[in-house]
Amino acid sequence: MDKRLFEGAFVGLGLVAFGSVAAQGAQASPVDGGDTAWMLVATAFVLLMTPGLAFFYGGLVRAKNTLNTIMMSLGAIAVVGVVWTIVGYSLAFADGGALQAWVGGLGHALLAGVGLGPGKGGAFPDILFMAFQGTFAIITAALISGAVVERMRFGPYLAFIALWSLVVYAPIAHWVWGGGWLGDLGALDFAGGTVVHINAGMAALVAAWVVGTRHDYGRQAILPHNVPFVVLGAALLWFGWFGFNGGSALAADASAALAFANTMLAPMATTLVWMALDRAKTRRVTAVGAATAIVVGLVAITPAAGFVSPIGALALGALAAVPSYLFIQWRTRTALDDSLDVVGAHGLGGLSGALLTGVFASAAWGGTSGLIEGNAAQLGIQAVASLAAIAYSGLASFVVLKAIALVVPLRTDAHVEGHGLDVGLHGEDAYNTGEGAVLLTGGDLTRSPQASESFAAEEG
Amino acid sequence: MIVAIVRPDRVNAVLTALFDTDVRGLSMSRIQGHGGELEFVRTYRGTSAKMVLQEKVRFEIGVSDEFVDRTVEAIRNAAHTGEVGDGKIFVLPVETVYRIRTGEADEAAVTPVPD
Repeated sequence: MDKRLFEGAFVGLGLVAFGSVAAQGAQASPVDGGDTAWMLVATAFVLLMTPGLAFFYGGLVRAKNTLNTIMMSLGAIAVVGVVWTIVGYSLAFADGGALQAWVGGLGHALLAGVGLGPGKGGAFPDILFMAFQGTFAIITAALISGAVVERMRFGPYLAFIALWSLVVYAPIAHWVWGGGWLGDLGALDFAGGTVVHINAGMAALVAAWVVGTRHDYGRQAILPHNVPFVVLGAALLWFGWFGFNGGSALAADASAALAFANTMLAPMATTLVWMALDRAKTRRVTAVGAATAIVVGLVAITPAAGFVSPIGALALGALAAVPSYLFIQWRTRTALDDSLDVVGAHGLGGLSGALLTGVFASAAWGGTSGLIEGNAAQLGIQAVASLAAIAYSGLASFVVLKAIALVVPLRTDAHVEGHGLDVGLHGEDAYNTGEGAVLLTGGDLTRSPQASESFAAEEG
Repeated sequence: MIVAIVRPDRVNAVLTALFDTDVRGLSMSRIQGHGGELEFVRTYRGTSAKMVLQEKVRFEIGVSDEFVDRTVEAIRNAAHTGEVGDGKIFVLPVETVYRIRTGEADEAAVTPVPD
């Protein structure tokens, strides 16, 4: 075991190191029925978040790119889910030996040693912990897609998230939850404010920049095509987030109940403040704004869910609305085409949440004190963890994208971008009347010949 | 009278160009048409289909004679991508046109009211 960075400095301050996902040492306890039941349900909840995200993002893009946007989330389920099972889980949670502070080893590759008995997570089967954590890896990768919708090619996107989940997500998850240096440092990240949201937000920033702006960006207004989808998506995300945060207690216990209540309360406060900001700035309270606020509130409470009081959660949610709101307003006037504001909602929301966790953490509720209870050093630890995730995610995401760009172009051609990626890349329309559809039987189904000829042939 | 059929994704560019040319009165409708362009095949489960009708947008613009050339030019520049399927512009004679509000006819009916 090597010397961990910063360890000496912070232990010297007399801090209680309290690993975020608690109870990882409970390997000897038997399988508990209640814990197992909750973790089964919570895992299904979190998986539902990704199709929910598909609707959230799908409603925000133009009609011609609906299905491509949805497929970016479904693709993450397929690709990251499989990659996670084969090796990602191991890199995040296996013992890393000499590199334990930085990354896990290959001891659990192909799920070696991951069985039905209680394991790393607590008093529920180890295989369930693997599945639960897999749903986190999936949603994190899918979140990034919001920065590159309406112009990134599908294949390179899948290659990116597959590599990204191994090179970026797994190590950062290991730092915080797998026995790595940030957990040892005492960074509080209950359910993934740093691992999931700061990480995805930073990767989104880099991806939007490397892939480049949409052709129409800044030339015309690009409007959401289905706002009810956006609200439906936000609702599914909120529902799933009860599993995301509540499940991160890794037990059916008081901590889960606190995380659950806080997950309910924080987005309410965020939405209230967001509506007030909307009213003050544009004189109109908007549905897209409210749906965005729900997500920002959920993101912000994620690291804090089991560490702050319910009133603290309300305050945290309310405060977190302000930087994300202002950033998103500003971002749309810049050259950064982070199309669905992943940076503002997840990156900045995650950062607000991580820092405010250090402010509002309450020893009586979650075992650790924050700034308000006199432990100013916790805020410093939260800042170190956030900066580490920002730096590593930014750099490594850039390298992964550039590596893929050396092999294949990341963008569709201008013709497909204009026509829409649904038809251009997937051969489907989200919405069509079916009129003028000629049945094809056999032959080359990839691309028809010149239409006039084939139309004439069909007409006979 | 100018009737122009263009790609849906060029509509914003066409509108901007028309407004820049001081063409203020127009109507547009979403239509389906067939212009000999290459098609993308759709596949839904086992069913493969090609759409012989493409989504298009039709502009109808009543202009006075002196506006015809610049209107055509504006539409052509804005709607042009160089691919098959960019659309058509038809220039048609009009027998009479009335402005409903005032009863003005012909050129007066298609001349924008000064601001």
